[in-house]
Amino acid sequence: MDIEGRQVLEMGYAGAERLTMNMGPQHPSSHGVFRAILTLEGETVVAVDAVIGYLHRCHEKLSETLTYTQYPSIASKTDYVAAMTSELAYVRAAEMVGKIDVPKRAQYLRVIAAELQRVASHCLWLGTWCLDMGGALGGGATVFLYCIREREDVLDLFESLTGARLLYGFHQVGGTRYDIPAGWAQKCRATVDKIDGRISEFEAMLESNAFFMARTQGVGTVSRELAQEVGISGPLIRGSGVNYDIRRAEPYSSYEDFDFKVPVEMAGDCLARYRVRMVEFRESIKIVRQALDGLPEGPISSRPGVKSVGQVRIPKGEAYARVEGARGEVGCYLIADGSAKPYRMKWRGASFSNLAVLPHIIPGHKVADVVAIMGSVDPVFGEVDR
Amino acid sequence: MLTHTQARPLIQERLGIAASGEGPLLLVEAPPDQWLALGRLAKAELGCGYLSFVSAVDWKEQGLEVVARVENLEAGFALMMKCKLGAGETRCPSLVPVWRGADWMERECYDMFGVRFEGHPDLRRILLPHDWEGYPLLKSYAVDTPHPPYR
Repeated sequence: MDIEGRQVLEMGYAGAERLTMNMGPQHPSSHGVFRAILTLEGETVVAVDAVIGYLHRCHEKLSETLTYTQYPSIASKTDYVAAMTSELAYVRAAEMVGKIDVPKRAQYLRVIAAELQRVASHCLWLGTWCLDMGGALGGGATVFLYCIREREDVLDLFESLTGARLLYGFHQVGGTRYDIPAGWAQKCRATVDKIDGRISEFEAMLESNAFFMARTQGVGTVSRELAQEVGISGPLIRGSGVNYDIRRAEPYSSYEDFDFKVPVEMAGDCLARYRVRMVEFRESIKIVRQALDGLPEGPISSRPGVKSVGQVRIPKGEAYARVEGARGEVGCYLIADGSAKPYRMKWRGASFSNLAVLPHIIPGHKVADVVAIMGSVDPVFGEVDR
Repeated sequence: MLTHTQARPLIQERLGIAASGEGPLLLVEAPPDQWLALGRLAKAELGCGYLSFVSAVDWKEQGLEVVARVENLEAGFALMMKCKLGAGETRCPSLVPVWRGADWMERECYDMFGVRFEGHPDLRRILLPHDWEGYPLLKSYAVDTPHPPYR
C-alpha cells in the first residue's frame, strides 16, 4: 500500500506513565469470555496478561465419569464451532487403544464431515474477524453476513445428516452414528460448488481493500521458532513457514486416499494466516468432492447394533490421537484401565496453544492491532478453557 | 537429518535411559533430576522444537506423573516424555527454559494437579479462580465437591 501519498502526523509519546487497560471480557472482540490486561505506553502495548477460564467446565474430570459411548457427544462441546473435530479426536483415541477397526465407508463419511466442518468454521472465522476489524474495513459487516450465509448452508447439510446444527454426536467408537440420507450427496455437491464460487468474491473484496491490507500485512508476526516452541498449529503454524498438517504427517481416516495441497506461507503475519485459510477453503472442498466420488459401499460402524448405546470396553493401555481441526492439532491423550470409562483423558486444545502465543507477539503493537491479531488466531474459547 | 532410529541410541548414550515405544513414537521415562536434561537434549540435539502438550496423571498411591509430548516436525518423530514424581511429591523442574510454550501448559497442570514446577517464571492458576481450593483432577477430589457460589 502506498503510504507515501498520505501525510500522517504522528504524535510522539513523551509521557512516562503507563496505563493499564482491560480489554474484555466485555469487549466485542473477546465475545465475553476473554480478558486481556494490557499495559500501555500511549497507544502502544508493552505487556499483555491473558485471563482465561471463563468457559471452563472441566471436561477432563467429566470424561472420567462418562463411558466411551456417552462422552463423544459431550466432546463436541469443547470446540463448539467445529464440533465434528473434537468428537473425532476422542473416538480415534478410544479406537487406537482398543485397536478397533473402522469400516472404509465410515472413514470417508468422517472425512466429509471433517472437511465440511472446516469450511463452516473458516466461514465463521472470516466473518467475525472482518466484523471485529469492522470500522476500518468500510463494511466489515458485509463480509460477516456473506460468510454466515455460506456457513448456514453447511449447517443445513449437517442438520439433514445428524439432526443437529451445532453439536452433532455424529462419531462413535467404531464408526459413525448416521449414514447419509437419500439425495444428500447431490445437495452437498451443490452447496460446495456454490461456496467454491464465492471464495474468490471474498478475496477480491478484501485484497483490493487498502485498509484490510494495512491492518494485516506485517502485523502480529510469529517466527518459525516461536511457532514451534509455543506449539501453535493449524493455519497459524503453516502461516509461519512450517509445513505441519496432521492429515499429511500422520494420515488418519483414509486421508492418504485424497489429493490435496497443504498451503504454507512464510511471512507469519495476519495476512499469511488469512491466505493459508483461503487456500484451505478450496482444498477442503476438493476433498469433499473426492470423498463423495469415491464413497465405498458397506457398513458405517464396526460395532454391531449401530444405534445402540451398548457399552464399549477398552483394554488397558494409552494412546494419543490427534486430528487436524480447523484451528490445528486437536489431540486426545487417553489412558484406559480396562473399564467402561477412561482413567484419564487430556484434551490438547488447538486454541489453547494458539492463544498462548499472544503475549509473545502483541507487545509493540497498537491497541487496534490487538483486535486484528486476536481475530487472526481464531480462538474458540470453549476449546481454550475446556 | 536425525531419524528416530538414531535418536534412541543417542538418548541411551547421553542419559542412560532406554527409550521404548514403537516406530516414530519414542517413550522416555526420566526421573525428576534428569527431566530438564532430557528436555534440553530433546530440543537441542533431537530437534524436537514443537511442544505438543504438558500434562500429568494421578496414579493414586504411586503419586503424580508429569507427561510431555514434543515432536521433531521435519523428521516426523515424537517423544513422549514421562516423569514419575514419587508418592506425595509435587515438585518438578519446569520446562519453560526449553520451550516457551510450556508456560501456560504448566500453569494448567499446576491448576489441576498442584504440581509445583520449579523454575517457572509465573506459576499461578490459569483456568480456575485464584482463590479456588484443591486441585480438581486429583483422584482424591470428588466430582461433586461443593464449591462456594460465584461472586
